[in-house]
Amino acid sequence: MGIEEKLPAGFLLTTVEQLAGYMRKSSVWPATFGLACCAIEMMAVGTPDYDIARFGMERFSATPRQADLMIVAGRVSQKMAPVVRQVYDQMPEPKWVISMGVCASSGGMFNNYAIVQGVDHIIPVDVYLPGCPPRPEMLLNAIITLHEQIQNTPLGVNRVAAAHAAEAAALAATPTHQMKGLLA
Amino acid sequence: MTEQTHDIHATPVADAKDAEGAHVYNAVGDDWDAIVDEASALREERIVVNMGPQHPSTHGVLRLILELDGETVTEARAGIGYLHTGIEKNMEFRNWTQGVQFCTRMDYVAPLFNETVYCLAVEKLLGITDQIPERASIIRVLMMELNRVASHLVTLASGGMEMGATTIMTIGFRERERILAIFEMITGLRMNHAYVRPGGVAQDLPPGAIDKIRDAIPLIRRGIGELERLLNENPLIKGRMVGVGYLDLTGCMALGITGPMLRSTGLPHDLRKSDPYCGYESYEFDVPVRDTCDSYGRMRVRIDEMYESLKIVEQAADKLQNTPGPVMVEDKKIAWPAQLSLGADGIGNSLDHIREIMSTSMESLIHHFKLVTEGFHVPPGQTYVAIESPRGELGVHLVSDGGTRPYRAHFRDPSFNNLQAVAAICEGGQLGDVIVAVASIDPVLGGVDR
Amino acid sequence: MSRDDETPDNLPAAPGTHPEPVVVDSRQGMFGVSDGGDTSGYGGLVAPVLFPGAAVRPYGGYYDEVADQLERALAGGSAAYSQAVERVVVDRGEMTVFVAREHVVTVARALRDDPALRFEMCTGVSGVHYPHEVGRELHAVYHLLSITNGGRRIRLEVTCPDDDRHIPSIVEVYPANDWHERETWDMFGIEFDGHPALTRILMPDDWPGHPQRKDYPLGGIPVEYKGATVPPPDQRRKYT
Repeated sequence: MGIEEKLPAGFLLTTVEQLAGYMRKSSVWPATFGLACCAIEMMAVGTPDYDIARFGMERFSATPRQADLMIVAGRVSQKMAPVVRQVYDQMPEPKWVISMGVCASSGGMFNNYAIVQGVDHIIPVDVYLPGCPPRPEMLLNAIITLHEQIQNTPLGVNRVAAAHAAEAAALAATPTHQMKGLLA
Repeated sequence: MTEQTHDIHATPVADAKDAEGAHVYNAVGDDWDAIVDEASALREERIVVNMGPQHPSTHGVLRLILELDGETVTEARAGIGYLHTGIEKNMEFRNWTQGVQFCTRMDYVAPLFNETVYCLAVEKLLGITDQIPERASIIRVLMMELNRVASHLVTLASGGMEMGATTIMTIGFRERERILAIFEMITGLRMNHAYVRPGGVAQDLPPGAIDKIRDAIPLIRRGIGELERLLNENPLIKGRMVGVGYLDLTGCMALGITGPMLRSTGLPHDLRKSDPYCGYESYEFDVPVRDTCDSYGRMRVRIDEMYESLKIVEQAADKLQNTPGPVMVEDKKIAWPAQLSLGADGIGNSLDHIREIMSTSMESLIHHFKLVTEGFHVPPGQTYVAIESPRGELGVHLVSDGGTRPYRAHFRDPSFNNLQAVAAICEGGQLGDVIVAVASIDPVLGGVDR
Repeated sequence: MSRDDETPDNLPAAPGTHPEPVVVDSRQGMFGVSDGGDTSGYGGLVAPVLFPGAAVRPYGGYYDEVADQLERALAGGSAAYSQAVERVVVDRGEMTVFVAREHVVTVARALRDDPALRFEMCTGVSGVHYPHEVGRELHAVYHLLSITNGGRRIRLEVTCPDDDRHIPSIVEVYPANDWHERETWDMFGIEFDGHPALTRILMPDDWPGHPQRKDYPLGGIPVEYKGATVPPPDQRRKYT
């Protein structure tokens, strides 16, 4: 993702990872992407009762060019899907996505012609947050989870190795329709 | 490629010959200076700006296409449909009671109004409007008026934030949190409650709810007073809102506009007074009216309406203390059977109810089974019921074919109508006024697109 | 306990004295089983869906006044009352006037301009699709409100067949109907002739088909979870 790609692996890189992670997670700027009901709860997170400013995130950036985090809050309709993709593409790296609410995560209760069944059909999602709508505290929990992810992001060669490991794990995992859960 | 799926009414892709000789600039992330140099060389001052669906000031995913001549807006068009969810078609595949869960998510800032109008229409089709218990009607009025206050607070808060006055947003949402806490206590959810069901309401008020409401009202009143002191005589607010977004009575009537926009033109039309429902005729309240026809007048109308709503809430709370009784219609073939209660692991089926249906009463078991799996049948016919939502006349046209599912449920959302006025109130004004004017229309795109 | 269409002697009412219901559809079977395997015995049940029929005078309330005034307003114009109005239905406290589609603009103008009628506000158009009412599949339902005359409401219903989906637009009379007619075109395919800009409004501009018609699928996807698959809502069994 930058100069850290060129640094050697090992102890020095681990400290750089932690330092870069700490810097990145402490000043995430969300992009305003409130679509529907979840947007109201996202606005409520910005207000004094729940206060997203304690994370330094109260500066919702309207322009995706200055945003780090896209919180897709609400149902994504077929007409809105290209707009979601375009705004995501306009965000510079490093960027993260929280899909807030069940409609953004999986289509929610709207299993029909008009709604994209999960925004992960269009953009890669880092944290899925269920709820209809999720309480502001739940959104803060998702943000804290994302902060932990950001803090521990590997960089450079470690990142390539982590990507390979994730791909191998996904290929070896049980497919969904073969999972039996508690029925087996 | 476009020829195969060419729909004669679809909007065609624009190219040079469509612009009729005017130069077409495509800005897709290249060097902005090149485009600006090109434009200034051609001495072309009119530009088409797309305030796209993702914008902080458009109250949701509204797309405004503005043609600007310098700072003046010469043409304004609204593009909607970015939140179309197919709720109406979804409702055709669910029970009458399950329809409440869907329709509540249309106008998501004032969900209880969607639920109430739908349930009033279902009850009218069933013919049980007189059999709804009085306590249920009073609870409906109480919840609706609290929701009206919450909705107007969102309008003022987001309107203020869009103008750059962030304190208005923090104060507005702080007061709204008090109301949401009351909703959470009564219905279990902060938003999208699915609390009003055909036949009454889902469950009675928990103990302590009336006291919590009575304690919160003076605090909310004080908060609205704070907002008033920030807004009413503020020279910045007045400078930005007075004379902006002008739409007089003729324009409102022609465009079918209702709600605070209509009441700011001088016409005191309110469905709670002209066509009362849910027992509104027994409450004492005024309908605030201004005659300035501009954004400032609409803001003052909304603030006054909040005070009137709090008056109604107090009256409803008093009435509730004197009106014991059921909150669901008596007819067991329609009344929602399940009762909920707070157990060890959260809200779930009330153990008393389970005991009744499993060991005591066979009829209760059968009613519970049939109502939950199949639902009740509604005689064939159609109806149109309208109530006064915070944005205007919210109507539902409901058609039943005698089955357990709506045959057609169409919601006449006030924001859908009111948003047609964008062209009328923005053209001729300045770019900054567009934001203020659209904020004064108070559209909620969930209701617009459904 | 006598039914509405029976005289006190428990004999059926003479024709023309009581509203005759209109058959709109028919319901087959009872438990929603369509692929065999119904052992309940109710699978052969055929029940007609009856909508309320033409009302007979007096209608009650202010409806008689409105009907008489409309007749007077239309007299001498391009269409008389008997030509323009197909039938009047009074049901559940509401008046529905079925208007022939070629005369809907005249009727709307009369309802808006006549001082005794003054339905100055049209709250919108709603489309309904009755696939089994052959020749009258698509209905466009207009709701009008008269604030001047004390909040009176009236409903206009205009039908058109599926193979000729044209209804004149009343935007010139009620500009409020602009987006409502666009939505009805978008969702049902009813083309409103004379509308200034009849384009898609809710669906993307190049979307094929009209989603809220009954022959358009709901379009959901099956949901997989831990060994089970839940079909989309329109393919599940329904118990109506």
